[in-house]
Amino acid sequence: MTTTAPRLPRRRRGPGISPYPTWFYIPAGVFYIALFLIPTGASLYFSLTRWNLFDATFIGFDNFVQFFQEPALLQGFTNTFIYAFVTSGSKVVLGLLLGVLLSSQIVARGFLRSVVFFPVLVSTIGVGITFKVLLDPFDGLVNTVLATFGIEGPGWLTDPSLALLSVAMVDVWKGVGLATLIYIAGMVAIPQDYFEAAKVDGANAWNNFWHITLPLLRPATATVVLLSLIGGLRSFDLIWAMTRGGPGFTSDVVASVIYKQYQGGFFGLSTAGNVVLFIVVAALVVPLSLWLNRGEKES
Amino acid sequence: MKNRALRFTGGAVAIVASILIFIVPFIFIVLTAAKTQQEASLLEFSWPTEWVFFENLAQVVEARDFILVRAFANSAILTIASVAIMVVLGAMVGYVLQRRRSRWNGLVNFLVLAGLIIPPAVVPTIWVLQGLELFKTLPGLIFVHVAFGLSFCILLFRAFVATIPRELDEAAIIDGAGPLRLFFSVIFPLLRSVIVTVIVVQAVFVFNDFTYALYFLPGDENATVQLTLYNFQSQSLSQWNLLFMDVLLITLPPLVMYIFFNRQIVAGMTSGAVKG
Repeated sequence: MTTTAPRLPRRRRGPGISPYPTWFYIPAGVFYIALFLIPTGASLYFSLTRWNLFDATFIGFDNFVQFFQEPALLQGFTNTFIYAFVTSGSKVVLGLLLGVLLSSQIVARGFLRSVVFFPVLVSTIGVGITFKVLLDPFDGLVNTVLATFGIEGPGWLTDPSLALLSVAMVDVWKGVGLATLIYIAGMVAIPQDYFEAAKVDGANAWNNFWHITLPLLRPATATVVLLSLIGGLRSFDLIWAMTRGGPGFTSDVVASVIYKQYQGGFFGLSTAGNVVLFIVVAALVVPLSLWLNRGEKES
Repeated sequence: MKNRALRFTGGAVAIVASILIFIVPFIFIVLTAAKTQQEASLLEFSWPTEWVFFENLAQVVEARDFILVRAFANSAILTIASVAIMVVLGAMVGYVLQRRRSRWNGLVNFLVLAGLIIPPAVVPTIWVLQGLELFKTLPGLIFVHVAFGLSFCILLFRAFVATIPRELDEAAIIDGAGPLRLFFSVIFPLLRSVIVTVIVVQAVFVFNDFTYALYFLPGDENATVQLTLYNFQSQSLSQWNLLFMDVLLITLPPLVMYIFFNRQIVAGMTSGAVKG
């Protein structure tokens, strides 16, 4: 008994009476493990099978081979990258411009911020339906306006070479408000001293932007890039509401291929699509986030 | 003087551009929702010659045996239940994760980040739900939202708990509070501002969600509002006025949220984002 006495000061409380009990993890863990971790783990196995929810026959890597051999499926794969890069690139550039503009002493600043941000909160399906009508090749508002200027507008969603980019454009319309807000939050955090010091050194507005604002907005840029890349790679609902992957398979992305294969009853193939998406997202986002955030750890 | 003129012209240009780009689509929704069926089918951006706004509203609400009312009820239950569970469980994890150093920390932090990044595997999730007999049920969808949304909540709560001084915990412990009382009557009330943020952001997300509802609560009868809107779009292609009335109704709840919780939404979306 006496041997335990010297140990007491090191562990003042046993694990059961810590004021911060580990079992607080358990309720959340149950949901997370049952509905996220187990399915994710199981997907690795089921992607190697022909599967109808009841019977799974092991077929090796056939699903993945099929995924990369069938042109329709492969197009979904390449489109995912195009879509994600176009949307996140545009969100960074436009978000930065709008962020700088809406942090300046512009009139009606509050109004403009609200207007730019509101689409972020609107139902994606609602936005998709609305823009499907606005981008209608014959009666749509966009082409009607273009026609008054004598320009013949293209079939935004019906032209195979344009459909994916049109949807990406609407995605930017809906999401640029969030990028703008993140940039505004980043701008507010920049100390005014830097600008005053630069003024003494005779810097103009462009110098200020290029040598002070832009470098100090790096964390904001990292956030915008990562968020919109993750969102862009996983994007499904807007594409599904506007084109359903059409015309043909020209605006399919991995997420819509997953749904189509699921609808068709090819559960193994659908799950393989999920695994592909998982690998793509992890392979892009993890190194990128380490690279973008490398400066922060040092400071 | 010149600077000021520049600012005003710049502002004016920005206002006009923002109206053209961001507000015209919403005006289009309202105008089309107020038109008669023939006029709406022209898809024009024009003033309705005949306002039938309330007739359309009544027609949408009554359509197919009040399906929209049921859908709104379903969405309300879904949003309230999943956000409530998420907030309590997420706060518990975020709190212990910030306060206690243990060998679990690394694992939990990793799982939280994994939950933010990894796209959920849909068909295996259906497989699990079917095993639990929760597939195609509202509780099933609620639990799915909880599982997928927890990561975001935990990050926000962990960051906020760090700002609460530990002396407070110690005082409560000396006063004889056990772990449960310490958390639920001392810490949880102090989290109020971040709780509001989490509630608002997640409520908007869950209410607007389409993908998970499509996979885990398919069908038409028991659907959520987003699903009803989607089904409505594919079924009645000629009734654009009613379709846009539906879009308008679904846009209203987030608008109301935004008007009342503008600050919290902005705080949550940007701060949570910076941490992620």
